[in-house]
Amino acid sequence: MHRQTKELLIKRAFLAAAITSLAVLALIMVFLFMEGLPTFTFVSAKGFLFGLDWYPTDEARPDYGILPLITASAAVTALSSLLAIPLGVMSAVYLAEIASPRVRALAKPIIEMLASLPSVVIGFFGMVVMAPFLQELLDIPIGLNLFNASLMLAFMSVPTIASVSEDAIYAVPRELKEASLALGATHLETLLRVTLPAALSGIGTAVILGMSRAIGETMVVLMVAGGAAVLPDSLFGPVRPMPASIAAEMAEAPFRSHHYHSLFAIAMVLFLVTLFFNVLADYISHKHRQTGSASL
Amino acid sequence: MSQPAASALSAPSPGSVSLNVSKGRDIRRKGTQWLVFLLLRAAILIVAAALVIIVGFLVKNGISAISWDFLTEVPRNNMTEGGVWPCIVGTLLLALGAMAVALPLGVSSAIYLHEYARPGTMMRIIRLGVNNLAGVPSVVFGLFGLGLFVTVMKLGVSLAAGWLTLGALCLPVVIGTAEEALRSVPNTYREASLALGGTKWQTIWRVVLPSALPGILTGSILGVGRAAGETAAIMFTAAVFYTPKMPDSIFSDVMALPYHIYVLATAGTEIEKTRPIQYGTALVLIGLVLGMNLAAIMVRAWLQKRHAR
Repeated sequence: MHRQTKELLIKRAFLAAAITSLAVLALIMVFLFMEGLPTFTFVSAKGFLFGLDWYPTDEARPDYGILPLITASAAVTALSSLLAIPLGVMSAVYLAEIASPRVRALAKPIIEMLASLPSVVIGFFGMVVMAPFLQELLDIPIGLNLFNASLMLAFMSVPTIASVSEDAIYAVPRELKEASLALGATHLETLLRVTLPAALSGIGTAVILGMSRAIGETMVVLMVAGGAAVLPDSLFGPVRPMPASIAAEMAEAPFRSHHYHSLFAIAMVLFLVTLFFNVLADYISHKHRQTGSASL
Repeated sequence: MSQPAASALSAPSPGSVSLNVSKGRDIRRKGTQWLVFLLLRAAILIVAAALVIIVGFLVKNGISAISWDFLTEVPRNNMTEGGVWPCIVGTLLLALGAMAVALPLGVSSAIYLHEYARPGTMMRIIRLGVNNLAGVPSVVFGLFGLGLFVTVMKLGVSLAAGWLTLGALCLPVVIGTAEEALRSVPNTYREASLALGGTKWQTIWRVVLPSALPGILTGSILGVGRAAGETAAIMFTAAVFYTPKMPDSIFSDVMALPYHIYVLATAGTEIEKTRPIQYGTALVLIGLVLGMNLAAIMVRAWLQKRHAR
């Protein structure tokens, strides 16, 4: 075979492999919509998204309103972000700017190991250790609740937020910091007024990715959130976020029943929300990319 | 790298600048810095403490359940006794099979993205696709696997369906680490090969890939760990509560450690009675996953040392 033809064919083959990711993403969308859209033949889009009752297995009058599930997802994500964002960003700043190389070499694997803990293990810990502990400590009726789930989720998104932010802080050009220090600013002042503003878009990306991870995380909310499909009325009430509903009910839903389709429709909502977050993260990191010291 | 230089520069220089900076203000600035740095240190300590507490509790409660029999026997008596051997086998089969799917595709994608593609719309779209795939919730992967592999391709709840689902889930991880490995190969290597008359493909196959191989290996160890701990993606596609037979073909359903923990901890009437088994299973799982991660971290540290020389 001619040498150039061979080279071209090889290039095409690699391109084909690279497109697999796109194809998988497209297939995921196709299947979610194919199985999810029939939901809107028996419930209106408005009734589905804003309905207050989720009783898909009721024989006489099933209800397919997922507002309690959406609210629960939003609540656990918001609350866990409240804990995870400061912890993650502060850890990143410490690792990138303050820690000595020896501490860094020790701390980075710790964050990576936290990231690698299987979600089912964190869920299990939340169930058997944290829930009784919270129950005792705060004198509340159930330990499996919104707060506990948020706490566990926070520890799952901290590694994402920390490692992406750390990269962003690292990428800030050294000249910027040196200029600030040369003008007499302290290390902290340089950090707050120069380094962090320059790394802000990267940190923003990190935060969005962390939140996106928290929204989609399944096992933790399935095991720890309590499972009641009601609007959350207190920090310590049981809730049922979207992924928990899908995972808990899919096994029992008869194939291509209304219940089955409505679970795919929930997955559709979940997919679109995380897609939005990821596209937003991508947009921010491209739009406000720090290119050299001149663009600040 | 800039760290030592930066802190050296930030050292106080009393007297050298005789502007109207009062001594009190200087002390206050230093004090604030000290306090904030203390807070930052506290943050990393909390994160480390979380890991230690979680792993510590599991080890403390699980270690008594671990024995040779626990690791090598099958569950008995409605899963209230016996061991987790089928779950270990299932998890390893699932994780290794998933990597067999994801590795060739992921490394090829990374080669395209890093060696062939020029910055432009095509590359931007593929990258956006990879990033978004990385963000898809695992339960959505589970439903996708159920819809495509289990139902349409008629694989049923099986190892094969689990491999394809987990393979898709691991793809972005593999692409990311493989790209990083390719990035670490110095451009001078490529230039030397091309200057000697090697084609692009010869350069990649004989020069770039061998240098990137250890990095790719690290990434695939991490991928196996990730796949081994995954639950939501396999609960509709590959894993079952209980099966009396060991997997004998790619169409067999399997038991898996993560799903075993979930089922024992949430379903059934003997939740309290099987607590030791739950702790033991969790300990086996994190032993497996953290062990792989430690291995990857060590390979990487060794690599960095070798590169630094």
